[in-house]
Amino acid sequence: MKIMVAVKRVVDYAVKIRVKPDKSGVETQNVKMSMNPFCEIALEEALKIKESGLAKEVVAVSMGPSNCVDTLRTGLAMGADRAIHVEASRDLVPLTVAKLLKKLVEVENPGLLILGKQAIDDDCNQTGQMIAGLLGWPQGTFASKVVLDKEKQVATVDREVDGGLETLCLDLPAVITTDLRLNQPRYATLPNIMKAKSKPIKKITPEELNVDVKSDLEVVQVTEPPKRKAGVILSSVDELIDKLKNEAHVI
Amino acid sequence: MEKLRATSSLRRSLKSILNRQLSSISEIRYLNGKRSCQPTFSLIRDYKSLGEANAIRYRCFSSVSTVVQRNPSFSTLNSDDISYFKRLLGEKSVIQDEDRLETVNTDWMRKYKGSSKLLLQPRSTEEVAQILKYCNSRCLAVVPQGGNTGLVGGSVPVFDEVVVNLGSMNNIISFDKVSGILVCEAGCILENLISFLDNQGFIMPLDLGAKGSCQIGGNVSTNAGGLRLVRYGSLHGNVLGLEAVLANGDVLDMLGTLRKDNTGYDLKHLFIGSEGSLGIVTKVSILTPPKLSSVNIAFLACRDYSSCQKLLMEAKRKLGELLSAFEFLDIQAMDLVLNHLDGVRNPLPASMHNFYVLIETTGSDESYDREKLEAFLLSSMEGGLISDGVLAQDINQASSFWRIREGVPEALMKAGAVYKYDLSLPVEKMYDLVDDMRTRLGDLARVIGYGHLGDGNLHLNVSALQYDDKILEQIEPYVYEWTSKHRGSISAEHGLGLMKANKIYYSKSPETVKTMGSIKKLLDPNGILNPYKVLPHSLDS
Ligand SMILES: Cc1cc2nc3c(=O)[nH]c(=O)nc-3n(C[C@H](O)[C@H](O)[C@H](O)COP(=O)(O)OP(=O)(O)OC[C@H]3O[C@@H](n4cnc5c(N)ncnc54)[C@H](O)[C@@H]3O)c2cc1C
Repeated sequence: MKIMVAVKRVVDYAVKIRVKPDKSGVETQNVKMSMNPFCEIALEEALKIKESGLAKEVVAVSMGPSNCVDTLRTGLAMGADRAIHVEASRDLVPLTVAKLLKKLVEVENPGLLILGKQAIDDDCNQTGQMIAGLLGWPQGTFASKVVLDKEKQVATVDREVDGGLETLCLDLPAVITTDLRLNQPRYATLPNIMKAKSKPIKKITPEELNVDVKSDLEVVQVTEPPKRKAGVILSSVDELIDKLKNEAHVI
Repeated sequence: MEKLRATSSLRRSLKSILNRQLSSISEIRYLNGKRSCQPTFSLIRDYKSLGEANAIRYRCFSSVSTVVQRNPSFSTLNSDDISYFKRLLGEKSVIQDEDRLETVNTDWMRKYKGSSKLLLQPRSTEEVAQILKYCNSRCLAVVPQGGNTGLVGGSVPVFDEVVVNLGSMNNIISFDKVSGILVCEAGCILENLISFLDNQGFIMPLDLGAKGSCQIGGNVSTNAGGLRLVRYGSLHGNVLGLEAVLANGDVLDMLGTLRKDNTGYDLKHLFIGSEGSLGIVTKVSILTPPKLSSVNIAFLACRDYSSCQKLLMEAKRKLGELLSAFEFLDIQAMDLVLNHLDGVRNPLPASMHNFYVLIETTGSDESYDREKLEAFLLSSMEGGLISDGVLAQDINQASSFWRIREGVPEALMKAGAVYKYDLSLPVEKMYDLVDDMRTRLGDLARVIGYGHLGDGNLHLNVSALQYDDKILEQIEPYVYEWTSKHRGSISAEHGLGLMKANKIYYSKSPETVKTMGSIKKLLDPNGILNPYKVLPHSLDS
């Protein structure tokens, strides 16, 4: 079986986000970019499945501008066997990504498609569901545990839902999106970084896949959340009561 | 809603490993806050009164018991003093509350404990000047205190000295974006300066594990080295000017912001590294480098010490302009971190290695820098200098590598009693001392070696379940003699404080020490500033 994993290049989780002065989006110039944490988890899961002998190959896919290749190199250094880069200069919305993925799935025929449940930049949480819909495959989203049964060709997925866990049984091929607690992604070791250098990254364009990347969605404005006002330290309970009464008007 | 939940759960889960700064601050706060339930608390030196109420015997600090006597020429506080300070500073800045005094009387390691009855928190240079002028006239001894993270017992009183804490003087005065020169008050916490500068696109030229608590005034007064010295040099180079208050209340305005200024004796250097014994630093002007966008960190394993050393030589040659940190720890240090700190995992889990090295590069071109570092690492691996390694792929991973190195002091604290030695030694000899100590101590205690390899700075630590004279006898004076024999320094960056005041001769000639004594006498004739520290007690008599 082959596993396909979608990985997205996003502003590093630890970077303080700055909105562009013209409010058209978030500043990405000269900002550290890294693999979306949920995608790292997706890739880790695929690698684990491969290591347990249940899959033969892991293919990492990324879509976007040319430096997505860096993110794919990270994926290859973690252990993916090869990579596909769909080169697109404009921002891609989830539906477009899902359409592109569908075309790639038709070519590659993976038995499992794993994605992060969402990307930390736009927090959309849509791509996994959309691609499952387009392919007509079963989906297990927010997976916190994945168990494959090769003979029966099913995947058992624990999902984190409000108030507990839901366990699903999916017939393969299927789509799985990953939650935080699924696993702890591995580091890229030097020997693997070295090996990654000779692994192939195939480039392909949306045109070649016959997908129109134009979207019906338009971002009107991006603004920062209002700043939280600094707190004050009060010296006595009386002062607190006074403030609650006369300033906050809550008592 | 989902989005919110997702993001906040991501944040929650990543938080522990994400932010090495955060964890190190909270650790310090934790230790400061919960002293009574810390097992290490009971390990505080048992100060033995020797009949005389005013003598303190530091049994375990050196193999020959040293007795520190309270200097009888110092006055004791009376109610007039308190009223004077209240009038001067206002009620709120004159603190006699037992709990708060307990905190300022005890050092970070819980090794040194004074019995000061008064904490003053001035808000301006003028207030500091008035305090010192008054104390000098009354002959009241004073301990200048910053974040109280010092590791040599310099920041806490020995007896009943008045503690002057600069924490309320925490304003940033100016920042010049063109030159990168920052002028601020001495009480600014290092981490706050780092985040202030981050917003301006600059960084502090120094960084250290205690950043969440230590103050720039304390850093300057100890001439702190830290993790970036290999790149940006020492504070003697980066501090462009400062303002200091002398014991008699005179304010020395040396707050220049010039890179070049050869007019007479450069007195500011006297206050850099003199540990509060010559004056109180109240303002600092410091040159800050621009923040470069591309930072890469590798965590590596080496088979033996000689490989670490060769790797350093190679790194200096091949990464030259990019190298911003070169730190090492041995397997014993790694073991301690993995066992005592939550949420830390070994990035190289396959097997334990004898040595670990952390290399950081900082540059301006992400792909060029990365390629260069990768090429260096791969060739070092082929050459056998590195036996395994990982390269951080994002900031989160980078932080988790730093957490290991920066977590060593914390892990040592949690492991029980610790004897700390901070030595400068020729790099090729450095680890021989650790091996020697292991042989000497055998099963008595664990010997740990780590530190700033790039600067030839070894942190030799001996960790045991409890303090024990038998252990100390095996360490001292052996460590000092060994260091002296190899022309090293018995204090690379932590200073002398109380711990090593009498050990200064291991690294400085009698003539040099005598001159230091004359300078002290000149600037602080009554000896009220940080008494019993830095200079040998024999000079006082
Ligand atoms: C976890 C940890 C990691 C550390 N890592 C490093 C490291 O990598 N490199 C390194 O060099 N050190 C390191 N240190 C020790 C270092 O000396 C201190 O952390 C720091 O520089 C002291 O700053 P502080 O504000 O806490 O000063 P304090 O501890 O309060 O004081 C230190 C000394 O300076 C004097 N002093 C403080 N403020 C003033 C002032 N305004 N004017 C005059 N005198 C003053 C005090 O009297 C005392 O003698 C570390 C400490 C810890 C706890």
